[in-house]
Amino acid sequence: MNDLRELYQEVILDHGRKPRNFGALPDANREAHGHNPLCGDKLDVRLLVKDGIVEDVKFEGAGCAISVASASLMTEALKGRTEAEANALFEKFHALITGEADVTLDQLEELDKLAVFSGVRDYPLRVKCATLGWHTMHAALENNGETVVTE
Amino acid sequence: MNTESPIIRPTGLDIARIRADFPILSLPSNGKRLTFLDTAASAQKPRQVIDAESHVYEAEYANIHRGVYDLSQRATVAYDKARTKVRKFINAASDREIVFVRNATEGVNLVAQTWGRRNLRQGDQIILSEMEHHANIVPWQMLREETGLELVVIPITDSGELVWEAYEKAFTSKTRLVAMTQVSNALGTITPMAEIIKVAHSHGVPVLVDGCQAVPHMPVDVQALDADFYVFSSHKLYGPTGVGVLYTKAKILEAMPPYQGGGDMISSVTWAKTTYADIPQRFEAGTPNIAGTIALGAAIDYIESFDRQALMAHEHALLEYATERLQALNSITIYGTAAEKAAVISFAIKGVHPHDVGTILDFEGIAVRAGHHCAQPVMDRFGVPATTRASFGIYNDFDDVDALIRGIGKVQEIFG
Ligand SMILES: Cc1ncc(COP(=O)(O)O)c(C=O)c1O
Repeated sequence: MNDLRELYQEVILDHGRKPRNFGALPDANREAHGHNPLCGDKLDVRLLVKDGIVEDVKFEGAGCAISVASASLMTEALKGRTEAEANALFEKFHALITGEADVTLDQLEELDKLAVFSGVRDYPLRVKCATLGWHTMHAALENNGETVVTE
Repeated sequence: MNTESPIIRPTGLDIARIRADFPILSLPSNGKRLTFLDTAASAQKPRQVIDAESHVYEAEYANIHRGVYDLSQRATVAYDKARTKVRKFINAASDREIVFVRNATEGVNLVAQTWGRRNLRQGDQIILSEMEHHANIVPWQMLREETGLELVVIPITDSGELVWEAYEKAFTSKTRLVAMTQVSNALGTITPMAEIIKVAHSHGVPVLVDGCQAVPHMPVDVQALDADFYVFSSHKLYGPTGVGVLYTKAKILEAMPPYQGGGDMISSVTWAKTTYADIPQRFEAGTPNIAGTIALGAAIDYIESFDRQALMAHEHALLEYATERLQALNSITIYGTAAEKAAVISFAIKGVHPHDVGTILDFEGIAVRAGHHCAQPVMDRFGVPATTRASFGIYNDFDDVDALIRGIGKVQEIFG
């Protein structure tokens, strides 16, 4: 039960139930569609980028608590960052939840609230859920209008 | 029937003894008793099947239909015996009608690529149901791209039953095939296959039956059904992976062109001309899954060592008990409430995504399937992206149902 609470932390449950920055973003100038065919999760991520800065970001879609909460927390973390910072944050987040690279204390601090997803690394099948929003955001910045598929 | 008491065993089967035959069931899962409720995806294997497969490699292995030496002959005899066991198991008229393939999916593809390519033209129609597994959809779509044939999809009702009038009215002068499942893996619906075939034959149309979920859970007689093609997979029948069966009436099979070319499927090869082997070898190019096929024979022996009516009664009792207990919970929707159902329950817990349900149940040692069950059109039909599915097999008992209900309680506690 302890482990379970480690995966499903309050922050995740809260953002899963009441995602922030959820909905349309009519003046977006970057967007991508993300899809996880394994579980049917679908997310659209839209950003308003001005002078290389993410001024606004919203997402829409349906998925499990982990994918929705991750996208929600991502939108909070991205606002006001430069594109380069956004992509760098994605890399750190990715390293954290895949366990591919050791995450330093400094990086953990930088990830801030996003660190609640560290429990996901023990569930290889759920890593795709936690990264769907991020992959989609990344695609929106790199190749506006693309569909990303995580599987 | 009194479904209140989980200890009722109306069938006289000794489930504890059956469980003891399955080594994996005695291993803990996440530190808990394993509650395996994903038999519809693939069944666990009894010791008898595992031993049969290792026995082949330890004592009886060589390539078949080749060597004149003793080992090769013994392997060949054992392999051919497995074909006879399969033939008897589904009551086919002849061993020649049994083609071994990799799985049911390959069986459907084989029919589409040989019989289908030869017989289907632009504008011809194939009738399917809305509850087919992707294995019985995509091969026909691929053929559609090649030939321009049409797929006619018979809708299902809210309870997950075939809309019978729509089926009866679907036949036209262009209908060439009905390809339909006998039991839906996503909903559990048992379709009235004998009636389906009768109607099709009254229009002169052959029928391919997807028997994947039927064969493990009910006696099947392809002659009584009068099925033209019948496919199933060994791994859902408590046998090994990598073996599937395609039954085809000899008359039809004889007229079908080969599927893949190579060794074993020829009668003679020269640079000028190659003649193909007789059925069923014509469809079995290359070295097959020898040990797996022999072990499928052992799986059939295993199933047949029980009174199959008793097995059905047991699984039905589990279905009824689980359905009743789920319905007694708040916020549960069951998808698939057909009058005739196999022991498969697809459900949703309000406000919780099936993937989260699956992960939390996993913590409790409960293995369920969470997803679209390779039947996305069924999910679309009910307007959900995915469901959680509990499916039962020969080794499940009432404790498994109780564990599932307790697990759902945990899910609701966490997401409450
Ligand atoms: C109804 C049905 N048809 C076809 C298949 C495909 O079986 P296989 O993957 O063994 O080819 C399955 C397995 O999930 C099934 O349940």
